[in-house]
Amino acid sequence: MWHAAGGGLDDFREAITDPQAIAALKLTLVASAGVAFINAVMGTIVAWILVRDRFPGQSVINALVDLPFALPTIVAGLTLLALYGPTSRVGVNVAFSRWAVLVSLLFVTLPFVIRTVQPVLLELDREMEEAAASLGAGSFQIFRRIVFPNLLPAILSGVALAFARAIGEFGALVLITGNLPFRTEVASVYIFGRIESGDPRSAAAVSVVLLVITFLALFLIGALRRRVTRHDATA
Amino acid sequence: MTRLRRYLLRVVGLSYLGVLLVAPVGLVFYRAFENGFGQAWDAVTTPAAKHALLVTIIIAAIAVPANTIFGIVCAIAIVRHRFPGKNLVNVIVDLPLALSPVIVGLAFLLLFGTGGWLDGLPFDVVFALPGMVLATMFVSLPFVVREVVPVLREIGTEQEQAAATLGAGGWQTFRRVTFPAIRWAVAYGVVLTTARALGEFGAISVVSGRLIGKTESLTLHVEERYQSFDYAGAYAASVLLAMLAIATLVAMTVSRPKDEVR
Repeated sequence: MWHAAGGGLDDFREAITDPQAIAALKLTLVASAGVAFINAVMGTIVAWILVRDRFPGQSVINALVDLPFALPTIVAGLTLLALYGPTSRVGVNVAFSRWAVLVSLLFVTLPFVIRTVQPVLLELDREMEEAAASLGAGSFQIFRRIVFPNLLPAILSGVALAFARAIGEFGALVLITGNLPFRTEVASVYIFGRIESGDPRSAAAVSVVLLVITFLALFLIGALRRRVTRHDATA
Repeated sequence: MTRLRRYLLRVVGLSYLGVLLVAPVGLVFYRAFENGFGQAWDAVTTPAAKHALLVTIIIAAIAVPANTIFGIVCAIAIVRHRFPGKNLVNVIVDLPLALSPVIVGLAFLLLFGTGGWLDGLPFDVVFALPGMVLATMFVSLPFVVREVVPVLREIGTEQEQAAATLGAGGWQTFRRVTFPAIRWAVAYGVVLTTARALGEFGAISVVSGRLIGKTESLTLHVEERYQSFDYAGAYAASVLLAMLAIATLVAMTVSRPKDEVR
């Protein structure tokens, strides 16, 4: 399918070295990496309170976590715009800024880490933690030495899914970011813009770069995950 | 774990969900109905909105059954059979999850559009309904496969072999033994597929050409209303989609594979 990009190597180079394309790719990469990291931390915390804590309304919250999977992305964008846009009632306006990119990506990737960590946390044997506690380990030490290493492969799987999703996201971003070139325009929006202005060739070229970045990142996270898992098995 | 730390984690986790998830979604409902139910109803019963809903339903009605059948067949092929290129199939099935919907749309545009390899079919694909259906099928392809594969692996082949020794044919074995074992996984996959099919935006907005009253789906309608500064219309259509999403959510909670609930 990508042979359509084959308008010669020079065309390809020209398309992907366009400053606007580079800015869009850079923003996408940085925002997705940030989103992946925040998800790793917050997703683990939310998974933790859903499994280990007990509070009223827990099962409703548990069901709500899937909402970003069920909600159409354009509705997600509009939703965030309603609360954090120019007509915000809480005085927070992130619309048309880079924060908007971050917030919408966090919304659509919310369930990934939670849903990969949750089953592992459920299966995790409490006896190990109790043994550590009886040997005098503090709760932070228990988390760092026992719980975290067991959760890490699952966290990394979730991070990989969230990253892949963030890097290609389109629907949730088009309304709230304003698609300002060099500022809030992410790669998928840039590609869309190229298609709309009748330039599918450079759209295809930038798509290829985006795909290469995605697969490279997924490969790295996968390798890291395998390494962690192996280390875990021999320890 | 001390009580204070537990409350702290609870507060951090719940506020994150509250700020990012609950508050914005709640507000959209409020916005849609702030000028009364009647206005919201008027906004979703305009001819364009009704047509958009119809387009969305047609797309889902074709894409979901097609992907369900394909998903079950593909999962059985991956788990139960050996064939050359099996690993490749395994990777390709996951591909739509790693691809930006815009890139999917672009691929269809280049393939079926003017000068594409499959240009010149007897009917229009690009900027018409067939293209939108194909694009939606592509992006919602992995869900049934991904849910069914692990369950098929786990149930093993013993019961199927037993059925075969007792003289059951292939279809009978599937209908009486295999399918009952995987039905919850299939149901969960179908729900995820439906959610994705109803909500697809990126790929569709590239291949559809967004012809109002012709190739505009409900998600495209939301954006088009918003860009025309008809916020009430955009919010009302959004709420319609959000209600479908919540119905999906309920179905998800009910059909979620049993090992994932506590």
